[in-house]
Amino acid sequence: MTTLLIGVFLLLLLVITAVAIVRSTDLFSGVMLSGIFSLLMALNFFLLDAADVALTEAAVGAGVATVLLLAGLKLTPSTEARARPVRPIAIIVVAIIALLMIYASFGQPSLGDPTAPAQTHVAPWYIENTPELVDIPNIVTAVLASYRGYDTLGEVFVVLTAGIGVMFLLGGGRGKPFSRLHTDPPQGLSHYLIPKVIARMLAPFILLFALFIQFHGEYSPGGGFQAGAIFVAGMILYALVRGEDKALAVIPPHVLLWMSAGGALLYGSVGLLGIAMGGQFLEYSVLADNPVTGQHIGIIVIELGVGLTVTGVLLSIFHAFAARD
Amino acid sequence: MLADHLPALQVALPLLTAPLVILLRTGFLAWLVALLASLCSLGLAMLLTATVLETGTQHYAVGGWLPPMGIGLTVDGLSALVLLLITGASSLALAGGRLSLRKDIDNRRAPMFYGAWLISMAGLCGIAVAGDAFNVFVFMEISALATYVLIAGGRDRRALSAVFKYLIIGTIGATFYLIGVGFLYMMTGTLNFADIALRLDEVTETRPIVIAAGFITIGLALKAAIFPLHVWLPRAYTYAPNAATVFIAACSTKVVIYVLLRFNFEVFHGNLPGHTDLFGVFIIPLALAGIVLASAIAIFQTNLKTMLAFSSVAQIGYIALAAGLTSEAGLMAALLHMFNHALAKGTLFLCVVAFVLTSGSASMDSLRGIGKRMPWTMAAFLVAGLSLVGVPGTAGFISKWYLVVAVIGWDGWGAALVAAIVISSLMAVVYLWRFVELAYYSEPPGGEVVPMEVSRPLRCLIWFAALANIYFGLFPQLPLALARSGTETLLGGLF
Repeated sequence: MTTLLIGVFLLLLLVITAVAIVRSTDLFSGVMLSGIFSLLMALNFFLLDAADVALTEAAVGAGVATVLLLAGLKLTPSTEARARPVRPIAIIVVAIIALLMIYASFGQPSLGDPTAPAQTHVAPWYIENTPELVDIPNIVTAVLASYRGYDTLGEVFVVLTAGIGVMFLLGGGRGKPFSRLHTDPPQGLSHYLIPKVIARMLAPFILLFALFIQFHGEYSPGGGFQAGAIFVAGMILYALVRGEDKALAVIPPHVLLWMSAGGALLYGSVGLLGIAMGGQFLEYSVLADNPVTGQHIGIIVIELGVGLTVTGVLLSIFHAFAARD
Repeated sequence: MLADHLPALQVALPLLTAPLVILLRTGFLAWLVALLASLCSLGLAMLLTATVLETGTQHYAVGGWLPPMGIGLTVDGLSALVLLLITGASSLALAGGRLSLRKDIDNRRAPMFYGAWLISMAGLCGIAVAGDAFNVFVFMEISALATYVLIAGGRDRRALSAVFKYLIIGTIGATFYLIGVGFLYMMTGTLNFADIALRLDEVTETRPIVIAAGFITIGLALKAAIFPLHVWLPRAYTYAPNAATVFIAACSTKVVIYVLLRFNFEVFHGNLPGHTDLFGVFIIPLALAGIVLASAIAIFQTNLKTMLAFSSVAQIGYIALAAGLTSEAGLMAALLHMFNHALAKGTLFLCVVAFVLTSGSASMDSLRGIGKRMPWTMAAFLVAGLSLVGVPGTAGFISKWYLVVAVIGWDGWGAALVAAIVISSLMAVVYLWRFVELAYYSEPPGGEVVPMEVSRPLRCLIWFAALANIYFGLFPQLPLALARSGTETLLGGLF
């Protein structure tokens, strides 16, 4: 009952936030509200016991995406050019779609129904067989990294493609260098004392936490995506406080490029290694004599690949935005 | 041994070459590696096609996990047809686009561009071999994102606004598809196409399933640019780098139509009562409107690329119309036309690459007298144009013939449909003739006729493509065999 009440409350807040985003003409508050939206979403996911998704949403949606949008805001005016008149057709279309989805929701199995199709077909198989076949406590990681590892490989390439797109359009990698690499010293927030001190204290712990999420993904919620996003959050904090060039000195652009490409390659190579060792593409069981050990090796290596690519791409995107005026 | 892994390698090869390409230092090297990867993919597609024709549908369990627990890949005649299109168009565009792309993309950014190119191709191949509804979504995202990068590489600044529009509409389409797949998973507990079809029977006519069918159909129609959801297409085609237009116009919308057909015929037909009729009722009027209106709009264009883009909207209409008949003959015609239109449009846009190399612009004004200056290229353009209209002896005739036969055999108002097809074909003659007249019978902008043909390799390539239009018009066995096998799998659910 409490869960239900909290859920309704959170969804209500979600609707209010969504309306506020649409109605705000100030881009800065729009970005902030969308960060709040993501955080509420993360809470909702958590309430539904989807801890992995919640962590991703909080790290990527509320964290990195908000910062990237703010970095993008540097390039645009802070308010919409002109308030667009509300177009009736658009409202009608959106209303129809909403009504259709509400209509569909009356036919769906109720929340947590153990006899729902989603709970009785492949899910029980995963729960029964994972301890024996993959032997890691976090079944979500087993599904993402092994059973549906091919989809996850695809997602890594989605991230890489986003990075390629930004580097192609704005520069970075080996292309046009980030233009403001060597400008005058006072950069970022370094002249504000309190953020500077606090960020200095926090940054190492954030990076450490990212590594924990990276290497503990088989046991608790987490994995390469979340770890990469958190690592990037730590680096961005460092960049904000100490200035862009300091952050770029730690990880230079060409290293970021190698990380982005290398992570994706690492993941794919594990797949090809599976074929070379006599299995199928992305079959980890053949990587070691003991299939379960093989699964462990495969999952750890591909998660590392995911983490590398996510970190490389997100930091490249941040620097590409931050380097422009 | 490797032969067993063809379905996975078809995707993995170009996908994993892409990160290597972005690490290269020069545009030339990146182009060379991309071209080689593309040609290897074409080779793989041919091997796969031969295997499918010999031994039937190929199944592959990625990761060694059997579907529906893991992700299955399925390659049948229809997938093979689409794979040949994708890899062939990509190889042709890369091989013929070297000079043109060097002008459009500066050397330092070129490795990123060619990386995106390979990812786009791998994404499309991934969709073609997928046997899993969510896997299709993942690869749809990959190919769409990479395609946005390709279009944004256009020299004209308007490429950016064009690609932004495409991005917004493409994202809405993909989201609709995902919502539909979500509902399907909610009611069936599985994501594998064959497994969904199997388990749909129990929950048929529940509200989420009906809504899911609607969301998936409309989402895919958006991405396939079925009239009136085509608004993103003309500008995207026009402002993309010319060589990228060859690739995108030849296969990106066709791959979405492929998914639309897969879903509607293999999953929904036979499981959702009335869906077959509803699909026809939804798609035929839109297709008809697209065929007639888009052809009419094409007549009034002042840019050759925009004209060909509107012609594509009309041709997508033909494919949709044929599929909407939901008969065996109709599907045959749809699949054949996918292949033949890609062939004709790829050749036409390749000619545009050559025209723009010498004249600097694709506007009709600057192309005056181009037929006298570039007789070889213009003649190839003419051959592909005839195929587009559907003149006997060209590939286009074969699919138009099948289309007309399918339409006549339809219980509805076959005569009206035939009339629409004839009218639109005549309009195609008009818009092509406008350009031909301009090219042969008006004076070049400079006044003087200077022969300015493009380099011999590019001319050979253009003629190779043009002759393919004739070859597949005279010997259509291969596309026919693949289309027939595809039709059989698609209709397997119906009978």
